[in-house]
Amino acid sequence: MSGESNEIRFSQKAKDRLAWYLTRYPTRQAALLPALRLAQEEFGHLTHPVMDYVAGQLELPPVTVYEAATFYTMYHKKPVGEHCVYVCTNVTCFLKGADQLLEYLSGKLGIRPGQATADGKITLFSVECLGNCDKAPTVQIDDDYHDCVTTESADRLLEKLR
Amino acid sequence: MPELILTKDLDVPDYHRLAGYRSRGGYGALKKALDEMTPATVGAEVKKASLRGRGGAGFPAGTKWGFIPAQTEKPKYLCVNADEGEPGTFKDKVIMERAPHMLIEGIILSCWAVGIHHAYIYIRGEFVKARKILQAAVDECYAEGILGPKVMGKEFCLDVTVHAGAGAYICGEETGLIESLEGKPGKPRIKPPFPALVGLFGCSTVVNNVETLAFVPHIIERGADWFLKIGSERNPGTRLFGVSGCVVKPGVFELPMGTTLREIIYTHAGGLPEGRTLKGVIPGGVSAPILTPDEIDTKADFDSLAAKKSMAGSGGLIVIDDSVCMVRLLARIARFFAHESCGQCTPCREGTDWAFKVVSRIERGEGQPGDVDKLASIATSFAGITICVLADAAAGPILSFVQKYREEFDLHVTEKRCPLENKAPSRPGP
Ligand SMILES: Cc1cc2nc3c(=O)[nH]c(=O)nc-3n(C[C@H](O)[C@H](O)[C@H](O)COP(=O)(O)O)c2cc1C
Ligand code: FES
Repeated sequence: MSGESNEIRFSQKAKDRLAWYLTRYPTRQAALLPALRLAQEEFGHLTHPVMDYVAGQLELPPVTVYEAATFYTMYHKKPVGEHCVYVCTNVTCFLKGADQLLEYLSGKLGIRPGQATADGKITLFSVECLGNCDKAPTVQIDDDYHDCVTTESADRLLEKLR
Repeated sequence: MPELILTKDLDVPDYHRLAGYRSRGGYGALKKALDEMTPATVGAEVKKASLRGRGGAGFPAGTKWGFIPAQTEKPKYLCVNADEGEPGTFKDKVIMERAPHMLIEGIILSCWAVGIHHAYIYIRGEFVKARKILQAAVDECYAEGILGPKVMGKEFCLDVTVHAGAGAYICGEETGLIESLEGKPGKPRIKPPFPALVGLFGCSTVVNNVETLAFVPHIIERGADWFLKIGSERNPGTRLFGVSGCVVKPGVFELPMGTTLREIIYTHAGGLPEGRTLKGVIPGGVSAPILTPDEIDTKADFDSLAAKKSMAGSGGLIVIDDSVCMVRLLARIARFFAHESCGQCTPCREGTDWAFKVVSRIERGEGQPGDVDKLASIATSFAGITICVLADAAAGPILSFVQKYREEFDLHVTEKRCPLENKAPSRPGP
C-alpha cells in the first residue's frame, strides 16, 4: 500500500485548485467534496490510497473521507472506463422508453449497467432523474447531457467515443 | 398573454453574460436598493410580497429571513438550493443557464437584507454546464465590483461560492444540504434547531431555492403591490412550471400561480398525443400525490393542491396517459425513494425498501393476496416519524396510487398479469 500511495500526487493545477477551494470555506472539511472531485479527475477513481491522500491534504481522518466518498453516487470507488454513459431511468425517462434504451445500449456494448467494456473504453450506468425531463430520455456522457435520445442517436453518440 | 417575470428576456442575446443582462436593466434593482433603500426595507418589501418558496414547501421567504437574528457574533450564511433533484423538475437549470445574473442579483439583495456576507450556491454535481455558466457569471461580478469587498462601491462585502454536489437527492433537503456543504454525508439534521439559528458551520443560515431568489430583484424593482396582483390569493406571482411525460410539448412554462392543471397541460404543453387520454398527473415532482383526470381543474398553487391532498412541490408536472401501467410506474417511483433514503432512520431505510419489494412483486404478477393493503400499510407506517420528510414524500405516491388506481393493483394480484395489453411504457423513444 505505502509504495502505491507514494505515487499519488496532485498535479500543480489540482494543487492550485485545492488551495483556492480552501480559501472559500471556514473549515478544511468543507473543501472535501470539491477535493474528491479533483482527485477523481486526476486519478480516474477513488482508491483507498487516493482517499488517504485527500485526507492528508485536508488534515482529516481517512474515515471521514471514506464516509463521504461512499455516500455520493458520482464518486467512482471502482475503476471506470475512459467514458461514462449514464442513462436516466427515472419516471419521465421511463415513460419515454428509457428501459428499452438502456437494454439496447447494454446489448450493444455487451455489458450490464455498472460494468465496463472489455477494452476499458465505456462504463454504463443507470441513474436517477438528471433534471432534464422535458427532453426525456436523457443520457449523460461524461459531463454532457444528450436530449431525447433514440437508439439511432445513441448509436451516433457511441460512435464518437470510439 | 400572462405577464412573464423571470423568462421575459431569456431570448436576449448574451443574456447569460453581464452585458446582456445589463442591457435589459439588470442590476437596476440592486442599484435602487443600495441607493434608495435600507436592508430592512428590502426585507419588508419581500415579506409584503408574500413570496413563497419555489423549492417545494412554499414557505414565505420574507418570513424565513425574519427568523435570522439581527445581531449575531458569528457570521450568517445563505445557501442557495440549486440541487434540483426532485424527479420531474428541471426549471432552476433554466435560470442558471440562461439568466445566472438574475439569480446573483437576487442573492445579493437577499444577503444585503439579512446581513449575510457569504452565499454558497449548492448545485447538483451533474449540472456541469450550468455550473460553468454560473461560475463565469460570478467571476464577471467579481471583476466588475458587483461582488467582493465593496458591492457596487458600497460598504457591503459579499462573497459567492459555487459549490457542486456529488449525486444524492437527499442533499436537496435543507439540512442535508448543509451537512453536505460541510463535507459530510448529506444526512438531514433533527429540527429544531432550525437552520435560521444553527445552520451552516453552526451559524444562522437562510436556505432558499434558485427560483425563489430570482424573483427578488423583480419585487424590489417593481414593488410588492405589483407582485401581489399576479397569481392567486395568498399565492402571488408566477411560477416556472415544468411539464414532462405524455404531452406533445414538454417544457418549462412561466405562468401565474393558480393557473389550472388543465390549462397548463392542454393550453401550454400541447395536450396529449393524438389518440391518448389522460390517466393521471403528478403535479409537483414525484413526491406529490397523484391526481386523477377529474381533479385537473384544480389551481396549481400551494394552497389549492394542498386542499386536494397533493402538493405544488417543485412545480414539475408529470403527465401520464392511458398506455401507462400504474403499478409499474409506482414501482419505479418506489425504487427511487428506496435508493435515495439516506439510511439514518430505520423506518425510512427499511420501509422504502420493503415497499419497493412489495410493489415490484405485484408488478411482476407475483403478488400475494393482501399485498395491496400491505403496501399501503407499509407506507402509512413509515410516514411522519422520521428526521426529515423524505419518508413522507415516499409514502404520498404509494398511498395515492393505491387509493386511486386500486383496481389495477388488485388485477395484478388476482389475475397475475397487467390488465393493459401493452405492458411496456408506451413509447420506445420520443
Ligand atoms: C427530500 C427532499 C428533497 C428536496 N430537494 C430540493 C431541491 O432539490 N431543491 C430545492 O430547492 N428544495 C428542495 N427541497 C426543499 C428544501 O428542503 C427547502 O425547503 C427549500 O430549499 C427551501 O427554499 P424555498 O423556501 O426557497 O423553497 C427538498 C426537500 C426534501 C424533503
Ligand atoms: S426523469 Fe430522466 S431526466 Fe428527469
